[in-house]
Amino acid sequence: MSGLALKPGELDVSHGPILYMEDINLSFDGFKALNNLSLYIDAGELRCVIGPNGAGKTTMMDVITGKTRPDSGSVFFGQTIDLLKMDEAAVAQAGICRKFQKPTVFDALSVFENLELALAVNKAVWTTLFFKLNGQQRDRIDQVLETIGLTDQRLRAAGVLSHGQKQWLEIGMLLMQEPKVMLVDEPVAGMTHQEIERTAELLLSLRGERSIVVVEHDMEFVRSIASRVTVLHEGSVLTEGTMNEIQNDPRVIQVYLGG
Amino acid sequence: MNLFQQDKLAGWLMVTITLISVLIPLCNLLTPVDSALHFSAYTVSLLGKYLTFALLGLSLDLVWGYCGILALGQGAFFALGGYAIGLYLMRQIGNRGVYGNPLLPDFMVFLNWSELPWYWFGFNQFWFAVLMVVVVPGLLALVFGWLAFRSRVTGVYLSIITQALTYALLLAFFRNEMGFGGNNGLTDFKEILGFNIQSEGVRSFFLMVTGLILLLAFYVSRWVVQSKLGRVITAVRDQEMRVRFLGYRVEHFKLWIFVFSAMLAGMAGALYVPQVGIINPSEFSPLNSLEIVIWVAIGGRCTLYGAIIGAVLVNYAKSLLTGWAPEIWLFFLGTAFILVTVFLPNGVLGLFRSQEQKS
Amino acid sequence: MKPNFFRRHFCLMAIGLLLLPSLVLSDENVNPDILTAAMSRLNNASMLDRSAAIEQLAAVQEPKAIVILQALLDGHLFNLKAENKLVIATEIEAGYTLSDAKNGQYLGTVTQDTVQKITLNNALRVALRKKIGRLELNASEAKVRINAVQAIAKDIDPESLVLLRTQLGMEKDGSVQDEIKLVLGLEQINSNDKSQRLAALDLLKDHASPAVVNRLNALQEKDATGQFVETDADVRNSAKTALININSKLRVYAAIETLFFGLSLGAVLVLAAIGLAITFGVMGVINMAHGELMMLGAYTTYVMQQLLPDYLGWALILSIPAAFMISALVGIAIERGIIRFLYGRPLETLLATFGVSLVLQQAVRSIFSPLNRSVASPEWMSGAWKINDFLSLTWNRFYILVFCLLVFALLLQILKRTRLGLEVRAVAQNRNMAKAMGIPTARVDALTFGLGSGIAGVAGVALSQITNVGPNLGQAYIVDSFMVVVFGGVGNLWGTLLAGFSLGIANKLLEPVAGAVLAKILVLVFIILFIQKRPRGLFPQKGRAVEG
Repeated sequence: MSGLALKPGELDVSHGPILYMEDINLSFDGFKALNNLSLYIDAGELRCVIGPNGAGKTTMMDVITGKTRPDSGSVFFGQTIDLLKMDEAAVAQAGICRKFQKPTVFDALSVFENLELALAVNKAVWTTLFFKLNGQQRDRIDQVLETIGLTDQRLRAAGVLSHGQKQWLEIGMLLMQEPKVMLVDEPVAGMTHQEIERTAELLLSLRGERSIVVVEHDMEFVRSIASRVTVLHEGSVLTEGTMNEIQNDPRVIQVYLGG
Repeated sequence: MNLFQQDKLAGWLMVTITLISVLIPLCNLLTPVDSALHFSAYTVSLLGKYLTFALLGLSLDLVWGYCGILALGQGAFFALGGYAIGLYLMRQIGNRGVYGNPLLPDFMVFLNWSELPWYWFGFNQFWFAVLMVVVVPGLLALVFGWLAFRSRVTGVYLSIITQALTYALLLAFFRNEMGFGGNNGLTDFKEILGFNIQSEGVRSFFLMVTGLILLLAFYVSRWVVQSKLGRVITAVRDQEMRVRFLGYRVEHFKLWIFVFSAMLAGMAGALYVPQVGIINPSEFSPLNSLEIVIWVAIGGRCTLYGAIIGAVLVNYAKSLLTGWAPEIWLFFLGTAFILVTVFLPNGVLGLFRSQEQKS
Repeated sequence: MKPNFFRRHFCLMAIGLLLLPSLVLSDENVNPDILTAAMSRLNNASMLDRSAAIEQLAAVQEPKAIVILQALLDGHLFNLKAENKLVIATEIEAGYTLSDAKNGQYLGTVTQDTVQKITLNNALRVALRKKIGRLELNASEAKVRINAVQAIAKDIDPESLVLLRTQLGMEKDGSVQDEIKLVLGLEQINSNDKSQRLAALDLLKDHASPAVVNRLNALQEKDATGQFVETDADVRNSAKTALININSKLRVYAAIETLFFGLSLGAVLVLAAIGLAITFGVMGVINMAHGELMMLGAYTTYVMQQLLPDYLGWALILSIPAAFMISALVGIAIERGIIRFLYGRPLETLLATFGVSLVLQQAVRSIFSPLNRSVASPEWMSGAWKINDFLSLTWNRFYILVFCLLVFALLLQILKRTRLGLEVRAVAQNRNMAKAMGIPTARVDALTFGLGSGIAGVAGVALSQITNVGPNLGQAYIVDSFMVVVFGGVGNLWGTLLAGFSLGIANKLLEPVAGAVLAKILVLVFIILFIQKRPRGLFPQKGRAVEG
């Protein structure tokens, strides 16, 4: 323990990492999706995770966010919060939020309402029933609308947005939650070149105040944002390093290109 | 049809309901029996019955239309509400039953029971019965929903176990040992709060009360679905996982709306029973619950007033058809299910809406 | 009373027919005087005389005598008033047909008042039964001999004991031996010799029959003062052990019977559910009209029997392919006409197919009638397989169990070994991939749905044998069969089989404790709770594909 007086359940990042994943094993019907996976994410870091299909990237996010329980291993948020004892809602409220691989927004609601639902407030049933937006919260939503470039679309139903706009809206919803860790699964899939560049800028601007884990296939994009890259292969970490180191690692070339 | 127009339509509908539930009783009160403006007791009770069905349809629209839970056991909550008020009405019979027993209803005397079962106690008090009308269905919905939503039973699985729930209750209420009159249910009611339940005045009064409660339920429900909670349950319907990852406890929200809807259904049942004069286990039959679904489907989901229109339309058609050629009714109902789901996913109202968009 | 009468009557005729040739041939060998004398004495009004006459007749040791005695016992022996002559009479509408008691000669038909019955009192009847029994101990059929032993056992005396012992020495047939041993054992308990009694108890402990249980229970009884009626403690204890032994045997029989009832109910559930397991499990399509497809199968059986009223067995067997075809065609029509527009919208599919079920129900109601139709069972399906006094299994349920397993095996083979099966599994696992590989998914969907529906029809044929066929037949099974599929794990045929049988057995285990309706409710509640715990059934499909 750090020696500081911490309340149980309070985030403690005094040792550097904000996410600790240790010796995680998970198999589906004999297929080892995660195999002794150990991975640490530092506070404020922007980390890219790459790997071929089936390497366990999405499954890793499922484990962190409480969607899937591993067979063994531990996942801690800071030094004190055991994520394996929490469900999705609790993990989200603790400050870890996630963007799905396929953009997932609420088609029937307007862009504004999508962001409003994500707003970081008490999310209990009765409070939600009697909830009224105050000016400050309204400003916050407008600010995020500005950031994701959807101010003009604020009253349109989310279902009619383009693919790239939905991706941004989902990122915007993550921002509304004021998370400490953002898990972003393939944020630029289906985006145009300009959109990709803007997304890279957006993620870079968030670095420092939040930890961001990006899973991506687009190497160009990864190179443009990441300082550190982790390569997953067959459910465990193959190697870790800068983009240059990774690209010259013969094992990575083997699994990515030769495999 | 934009939101404003929808509001206008809903407004007109509510005005109509108010007029029906206020003017007709007034007419009956003020005009002599042979006047053209005097409505028969049959008409008054029939209208009252339609309005209770409208309330029932409204309750299903909340869970199905807004939250995506296709509950095939909504009739169970309706029936429980009906039984709750039925117990009160049975106790009011007093010694006017066939056997003249001051305490026990006829069917208990017939079964040689010597005392009232414990769960009948309290039902001689009107306030208690009214409380139970919402508490019993609400409690059942709470327990059942807590179990189901907590373990994330969704989609067709949920539909089927809600159907199994009402089926199990049907079997249970058929048993004489349950102490609710078995096969015959509860009937032969005499009076309510000291007034003759058959009298014209009481019938008119019930029409009025049903209309007002429907109005109230509509506006409360509309307030609920337009609140942030309403947006959350709509979001749950479309992307349940996303809602969880936003930090909402989805099961709590589902449970809240499920219980609220069950209570409305219970109230509908309690208003229904005094107007038709009987409650029996067939109200629990899975077919009844499915009929509610078709009301909402025909009227149009996720609008609230669509459920009201659908309930009244379908039941009016039912009255007409069963009077004219009973065997046609099931053909009609079956075909309606097929046509509405395949061709009219938004119901009859949806048809108007898309017409308007085209023009 | 009526069937009993017929059986007696039939028995008499059978014996008569058997003995008729020997009767004619042996006519000269009999001492005619004794027979005639006995018969005229029988005709006397006095019971004493009749008793003596019976003794005489029995002593003749003659097949003809048995016929007369049996006729007397059954009340078929009459006096033809005009000729003062004994006749055997069979009742017909107008009166009696007569045959001469002495030589079996046919004497024509007479009215009621020309003959007078030779009556018996109870004591005589008992004596007579015993006499016939003794005479029949010599019969050539083992079954008749067993009946004879049982007749003698009704009222045992030293003389008949001797007779039985002699018979035991000569008897070759094991079952007759057992029967005699049982009677002797029951008698031996009453002996004065303790070792004899213990030996008898030792013998009886392997005989589970109601008579033995009663006798052993009697040995445990206490009188009003709390003293044991049976004074010998050793005998009592030995009887107690024997009773425990028998009771444990009875418990085994009862368990077997419950198991059988459970399995047969399970077989019905499985038959109803495996069609669903295909449409719901493999295709992900909820078909609420599944029960009505079963109903169609049952009505096919009914129509088939109307077409072939004289060949019930053949009609039933032909109904199986016919029901399969009809239900499969209706199923394919449903799939092509409705369901294919609703893929990916399970809740809408549920509602639309529910609409179909209402239409089918009403169609049957309009065409046939709202009333139940009864479908007859062929001879080989009625009755029961009587294993012993405590255990008998009804044939119709037995055949349904076998039939269910056959259908299941056949279905597994179809899915495993045929091209269609391969395509079905491919589409179930990954529709898009299958499409990309050139599998005509639309055709496969239609055929899969047809297969599932056809099996529902076949299930309907089986149901017609155990329940009434009516418009509501399907409704009664739809919730149950969904429960079976969900309990077993969607998409898993073996799970469905196991779930069906275990639910059937659970139902039958609970029934004696809780009553049929409550048992059903309890099972439903159990499944509702079970689904909470394991939402994907007993044997869930695992993997990332099924998540979310």
